[in-house]
Amino acid sequence: MTPTIKVENLRVSIPLAAGVLHAVRGISFEVAKGETLCLVGESGCGKSLTSLALMDLLPSRAKREADRIELDGADLLKLGERDMAKVRGSTMAMIFQEPMTSLNPAYTIGNQLEEGIRLHKGVSASEARERAVYLLEKVGITGASSRLGQYPHQLSGGLRQRVMIAMALMCGPDLLICDEPTTALDVTIQAQILHLLKDLQREFDMAVILITHDLGIVARVADRVAVMYAGEIIESGDVDEIFSRPTHPYTQGLMNCIPVPGKTAYGERLGTIPGIVPSMIGEMTGCAFANRCAYAEDICLKTLTTRELVPNHAVRCVRAEEVAALNAGLDTATASAGSPA
Amino acid sequence: MTTTPILEARDLFCTFQVRQGMFQPKRPLHAVNGVSLSIEKGGVLGLVGESGCGKSTVARMLLGLQEPTSGTLAIDGQPLQEIGRKELAKRVQPIFQDPYSSLNPRKTIGSIITLPLYIHKIGHESDRRRKVEDIMDLCGLPKRAYDMYPSQLSGGQRQRVAIARALVMRPEIVICDEPTSALDVSVQAQILNLLLDLRRELGLTYVLISHNLAVVELIASKVSVMYLGRIVEEAQGQDFFRDPRHPYSQALLASVLTPEAGLGVPDAQLGSTFPNPIDPPPGCTFHPRCAHAGDACRTIRPSQIRDSRGLVECHLFDDAVAV
Ligand SMILES: Nc1ncnc2c1ncn2[C@@H]1O[C@H](COP(=O)(O)OP(=O)(O)OP(=O)(O)O)[C@@H](O)[C@H]1O
Ligand SMILES: Nc1ncnc2c1ncn2[C@@H]1O[C@H](COP(=O)(O)OP(=O)(O)OP(=O)(O)O)[C@@H](O)[C@H]1O
Ligand code: SF4
Ligand code: SF4
Ligand SMILES: [Mg+2]
Ligand SMILES: [Mg+2]
Repeated sequence: MTPTIKVENLRVSIPLAAGVLHAVRGISFEVAKGETLCLVGESGCGKSLTSLALMDLLPSRAKREADRIELDGADLLKLGERDMAKVRGSTMAMIFQEPMTSLNPAYTIGNQLEEGIRLHKGVSASEARERAVYLLEKVGITGASSRLGQYPHQLSGGLRQRVMIAMALMCGPDLLICDEPTTALDVTIQAQILHLLKDLQREFDMAVILITHDLGIVARVADRVAVMYAGEIIESGDVDEIFSRPTHPYTQGLMNCIPVPGKTAYGERLGTIPGIVPSMIGEMTGCAFANRCAYAEDICLKTLTTRELVPNHAVRCVRAEEVAALNAGLDTATASAGSPA
Repeated sequence: MTTTPILEARDLFCTFQVRQGMFQPKRPLHAVNGVSLSIEKGGVLGLVGESGCGKSTVARMLLGLQEPTSGTLAIDGQPLQEIGRKELAKRVQPIFQDPYSSLNPRKTIGSIITLPLYIHKIGHESDRRRKVEDIMDLCGLPKRAYDMYPSQLSGGQRQRVAIARALVMRPEIVICDEPTSALDVSVQAQILNLLLDLRRELGLTYVLISHNLAVVELIASKVSVMYLGRIVEEAQGQDFFRDPRHPYSQALLASVLTPEAGLGVPDAQLGSTFPNPIDPPPGCTFHPRCAHAGDACRTIRPSQIRDSRGLVECHLFDDAVAV
């Protein structure tokens, strides 16, 4: 089966006064119908630029290169601006982090919901309205038809995010990209929105790319996970595999520095990742994590390879096998020694 | 033995007059609607609850930045009004969410951290430099950062500067309003470790406001849950996370997404009827969203039940009311 989206060797660079910033450095992934891929990583690692590159909505200075970007088997790299605009409104859609920046304060919810589908699918005003009401109800907004006349500022944050979801679904996209869809919301509303996204994904059989830095969301929502660091995917695989055997030293670092209810004891110190992300200006050789990695050796600065440890679990680290073996050893050591005092 | 709490608030109310539409008359919004709190020296009070339930308003009142509409506040038994603004700033200091906007971009780190000492005329020139370097060291900032500007520091370092600035006054109480929510998880870990260390070394008392319940569980000794301007549950931290009692607390904890694969997203069954703080529901304000709501809940306001476990405001725990 062809994946809904297939990306090969995507690169995004931005010329700056200090040199060229290589913000996304050769990443590849694919997502099938009904599947959710979570892109996770810390601020500035290139998550948003990756999604903007797929949508062809990068800032004007930024340059996009790729060996392949295919949506439903069609080559997006060949499309001109007008055709791309059509794809954007209909086959792929995006939900942005801050709903207020993508909702126009001067237009009613109804206007904004109906505009895209009328433009791209040429449906009549009444059909568009019907679909808008249907989707608003789907996303759990009560009294949907009366909401159509309201303006964005009249809605709470949780409701606005629901409207954004309804808007993204108006044309029935095959691919939905969600960039930090719940970061601004509190936990109960976050759970509601994620629940809703899952339901809708099932109903419309969409491929979903969800971007977040919250490992809790990743664990609960993803089928597959891609961990990004300094513009690269440094580890990827099935969600169970990544959470039960995180192998790249950076992924391990991330998992150790969050407090986990039931695991982290009250008042316990958390793990940290010493050092900072290297500048991504100019060319880089070897492993971008080397300056912070406890396992780093000379070879890490010279070559870099992606290794598939088991099918569907790839780690971009020349020492992946050794690191994995060391960790397995540690696990058995602690298990046989009993719980540490 | 009962000790005087280092911080005590009794029956705090804070009412704002707000307009809902351009041409509508102003109406009262009871952002904080009868809140009492007390913290022992060296304790960490975690204040949690839905967005807009009044947490930051409570924090601003504790800092003397917002005048309560009514109610009393005392530090070490001394009423806030008697303490005076400057003295209060020496004893209670804030750490806010955003390390980017709260630091003056045109001032060096050294002068940002020294400023409170100038304002309060503490120490001599040479003295101050030493004090500032000491606190920078304690907060894990390198000496060279003294002459650097905020833009030259990472997000975590900037939050350290904000913490150093708060601590240079050697306050007894630090009010942290979402101290790590703008930070990456690896930076968050550094800051939480720092807060834990400083509490131990300096005997600080914290009020911690956060939407991240795992963070609250890690460092709070006591938890207060707010809903629409009131505290609906209060308990020792570990008791609370093991066995929350109020239906809203239960929904809150049920919504936490722990990093465990395969468990899916929980549905806390809260419905989507968000309360309007200007028109709060009658009876128990949580009743439109509560799975346990009965007739009494729709008409009778629940009273505060205090017992060995703490406080809970819900008819289910009141023997005198049948739900
Ligand atoms: N318009 C731009 N001009 C210059 N640099 C940019 C621009 N947009 C992004 N960058 C840089 O590119 C890198 C990747 O940015 P991106 O927004 O993709 O990060 P992200 O992973 O989404 O981070 P966050 O979690 O903070 O949203 C960062 O270093 C960022 O500073
Ligand atoms: N200066 C003000 N004028 C009018 N209303 C206000 C003012 N400050 C706060 N409010 C209202 O008071 C209520 C409580 O606000 P507060 O900021 O204390 O909530 P919060 O619990 O801190 O929320 P969050 O978790 O989103 O930070 C909200 O309904 C808010 O809109
Ligand atoms: S390649 Fe070397 S430096 Fe990079 S993560 Fe692996 S062991 Fe560490
Ligand atoms: S008083 Fe009634 S409605 Fe309110 S929380 Fe308790 S059971 Fe629910
Ligand atoms: Mg981003
Ligand atoms: Mg607040």
